[in-house]
Amino acid sequence: MSQRAGGTASAADKAAGRPADRAEICVIACAEAFRGDGEILASPFGTIPLIGARLARHTFEPDLLLTDGEAHVVAGTWAVGSPPGPPGNPVESWLPYRLVFDLLWTGKRHVMMAPVQVDAYGNANISAIGSHARPRAQLLGARGAPGNAVNHPTSYWVSRHSPRVFTSRVDLVAGVGWDSAVRAGPGATRYMALRRVVSNLASLDYDPASRRMRLASVHPGVSVDEITSATGFDLVIGADVPVTRGPTREELRLIREVIDPRGTRYQEVPA
Amino acid sequence: MTGDEAVSRLRSGMTIGVGGWGSRRKPMSLIRAILRSDLAALTVVSYGGPDVGLLCAAGKVKKLVFGFVSLDSIPLDPHFRAARQQGRIEVAEYDEGMLRLGLQAAASRLPFLPTRAGLGSLVASTNPGLRTVTDPYGGEELIAMPALRLDAALVHMNRADERGNAQFLGPDPYFDDVFCAAADAAYVSCERIVTTAELTAAAPASTIAISRVHVSGVIEAPNGAHFTSCAPDYGRDEAFQRRYAQAAAGPGQWESFGQRFLRGGEAGYQEAVAADRVAARAESLP
Repeated sequence: MSQRAGGTASAADKAAGRPADRAEICVIACAEAFRGDGEILASPFGTIPLIGARLARHTFEPDLLLTDGEAHVVAGTWAVGSPPGPPGNPVESWLPYRLVFDLLWTGKRHVMMAPVQVDAYGNANISAIGSHARPRAQLLGARGAPGNAVNHPTSYWVSRHSPRVFTSRVDLVAGVGWDSAVRAGPGATRYMALRRVVSNLASLDYDPASRRMRLASVHPGVSVDEITSATGFDLVIGADVPVTRGPTREELRLIREVIDPRGTRYQEVPA
Repeated sequence: MTGDEAVSRLRSGMTIGVGGWGSRRKPMSLIRAILRSDLAALTVVSYGGPDVGLLCAAGKVKKLVFGFVSLDSIPLDPHFRAARQQGRIEVAEYDEGMLRLGLQAAASRLPFLPTRAGLGSLVASTNPGLRTVTDPYGGEELIAMPALRLDAALVHMNRADERGNAQFLGPDPYFDDVFCAAADAAYVSCERIVTTAELTAAAPASTIAISRVHVSGVIEAPNGAHFTSCAPDYGRDEAFQRRYAQAAAGPGQWESFGQRFLRGGEAGYQEAVAADRVAARAESLP
């Protein structure tokens, strides 16, 4: 049940120090992907999505559920690279893999996965590169991507925006895109909710009319041209593309001092 | 029984389910027993980790039924990758939730279970035998995940009694109970065989996830999940896992890894691992 209350704003606005860098902008863009989700499980894959989800839960999405990466839903906020622990991080519930499946089939989950290829309709590949019969590069396999995409909100994180990743055609569809789902029928589209694609250059969503990927905002200091030339298909681009918002002073403090004091975010996106 | 006795009951061409998840609580002593055997052409069903990599490297696998193969702290298993990239194994790739449904269907003696997972994805396009089913009440078309009936299941648990009641003491039972129920014969290795009364002396009955009704044989295999994790008895041996992964660099490396660790039976393996650990500690001294 919800514990949502008003007024999470902290008065502890200290001097922010150096301005937010690109990795920190990406954290904010990932956190924003979870805005409005309410009381569901957030499953971020990758360091920056993990920091973003914890930041979102600590600030504007207090009802989100987060796990310890093993089999527990854990309350509170803790640093990436460290295990959660008492007294601030009590276990809220047991969540072994079988219950993750049960939960995701209810729809009460928002996953952010990190594909090696993603196309204009949000088809995403984490399985293998090349042919399925004999891949040029075998990767993880489909994992839960096919079921995630047709059951609950699904976002993607790309730490290096390039035409190789943002490709006109993925080699294998692990995460189901809009066009693939429509071809498969209402059983696939009924609960589908592709949300955001966050990269090191931009935040993207899908144009409601065409279901094609749309440039939602550019990160500060990035031009629209830079993004289109790093994307292997035509993006939907509005007349006025906003700039991704920067962190508040409190968010910056939380990222730097509480959630990622070791700077692991820079392993994904250099400062 | 011993691991070799359990494996002597398997036959080439069988479909074998392997419990655990990724590089966690894998029945590695039983996998090593398969490596020593003359079994071949196995179909392996697994939430894959180094069990899959080892069996692929040893040429034991005809077909893999899987959702992923990962070593967790090392994202990809290089032995599995090599087998795929060289076209040495067939695969049936499913969403990881579908794997559970297939095992559940087999355990429940059902031909299939319906699911949305797989619709519109590579699962539908690369599994030519996969069919859909129409909801008789509503009309939606869903995937009919076929039962994954197993000839045998191999799992590793923390504790078991002689009769096959088996207990997990770590955070997650994974799907070991479902693997056992889906199999014609299930072999449970464990860290320690204890009396039935001891099972509930230290932990609640809910940790005894596997009932003897599904179990054909129990094997005491201390450190039997090595080098995968077996919490709380021990964690993953990360240094050894790195060495396993590096042995994929070439046939020479795999050969010497095998010579050193896989030739002398399970006791020989455990001795070699212990000796290796002592040597590594000596090297790290100033």
